[in-house]
Amino acid sequence: MNLSLRVNGAEQEALGVWEGESLLYVLRERLGFPGSKNACEQGECGSCSVYLDGELVCACLVLAAQAQGRAVITIEGLAEGDELHPIQKAFLESGAVQCGFCTPGLIVATHELLERNPSPSDAQIREALAGNLCRCTGYEKILDAVRQAARARSA
Amino acid sequence: MRFLQPRTLEEALELKTQAPEAVPLAGGTDLMVELNFDRRRPEAIMDLTQVAELRQWRRDDGELVIGSGMTYTRLLAELDRELPGLAIASRTVGSPQIRNRGTLGGNLGTASAAGDALPPLVAAGASIEVASRQGSRTLAITDFLVGAKRNALEPDELITAIRVPVARGPQQFSKIGSRNAMVIAVCSFALNLNPQARQVGTGIGSAGPVTVRAAAAEGFLQDALEEGRLWESHAEIPDSASVRFAELVAEAASPIDDVRGTASYRRRALTVMGRRTLAWAWGEYRGL
Repeated sequence: MNLSLRVNGAEQEALGVWEGESLLYVLRERLGFPGSKNACEQGECGSCSVYLDGELVCACLVLAAQAQGRAVITIEGLAEGDELHPIQKAFLESGAVQCGFCTPGLIVATHELLERNPSPSDAQIREALAGNLCRCTGYEKILDAVRQAARARSA
Repeated sequence: MRFLQPRTLEEALELKTQAPEAVPLAGGTDLMVELNFDRRRPEAIMDLTQVAELRQWRRDDGELVIGSGMTYTRLLAELDRELPGLAIASRTVGSPQIRNRGTLGGNLGTASAAGDALPPLVAAGASIEVASRQGSRTLAITDFLVGAKRNALEPDELITAIRVPVARGPQQFSKIGSRNAMVIAVCSFALNLNPQARQVGTGIGSAGPVTVRAAAAEGFLQDALEEGRLWESHAEIPDSASVRFAELVAEAASPIDDVRGTASYRRRALTVMGRRTLAWAWGEYRGL
């Protein structure tokens, strides 16, 4: 089947998509957006977190066909050209990135949190990021990064 | 594989008659895992997320009629006051990403004993509306859930709505897992107190092939509250009654040993959750 959807504000077309393909596969393998990571493929790890029509979802659990005509924002859509998004900067500056595999999903999830709640409590940060697994950092630096990003946003 | 995407309920039911093999898809939190891992290759998939009728809810007397496409996130935002037990359970579902996609109808369609929404729905005495082109029928949830991952749907039917009585009193839910988030229940328990009808409702999750009521525990507690005139006095429930209630809850379960826990752990956990939820709910009733 052929699909058309908006990714990061631009119309995209994917031709010859198998009906059982996930949105994650189409983004990574057909449309050239490898930022969303493929780790667990079962919604456990959050590495493929993207916005679908403004809602935070795991792209691996969306059938690509369900995204027909809809708007997707991936990690690639957050930076302004070569200028990193403030949340990306906060992750780098806080040492919240080690192997980096979980980072895109965590940044998209953090973005969604701060849009909803610009100054979250620690409990709210933990709750919002509960669906994003990191196996390197022990999360403390990630919490630092989210706090820093929230401060930068309100400054 | 064919992809079907009806825009209306009428169209969906027509398609399901023509293609009863089509597997319904809502938030994908169960079905997509099976597709991604090559565990399942349905001949056809029917996406129900574009059917507006399934995403709505309405009041009908003292009941809420909730479209099967209701996500946990929306349920928490829109119905947490009316259905506090289901709301507590919904907060324990997966993660924000999962709650944004997963639906009540999906939990019923998958009919896993570990479905988090099922115990509070059983405790509340919910019923399930299903429809085909031939018409619709309504089943008590305990008749709808017929076995391990099996429900009473006919091949040409779809789950259209869940009817749940609005809470008349305190409702509680407790779930055991290895951590707070992203966890499949080792076992769970829901309690529903109805002071107006002097009734107690229960639901046991993940401790047997299906989500069941603990009918003997309900009857015991109803009698104990009645005989002690506790509904009127708002007095404390005697420890002996709470303990017996919790024992009867555990006796109603038929748990097995599996990767998430042993049968004896689950029985023990149910006695703890039975006592705990009763203490929480009765404390709320007493205004504590």
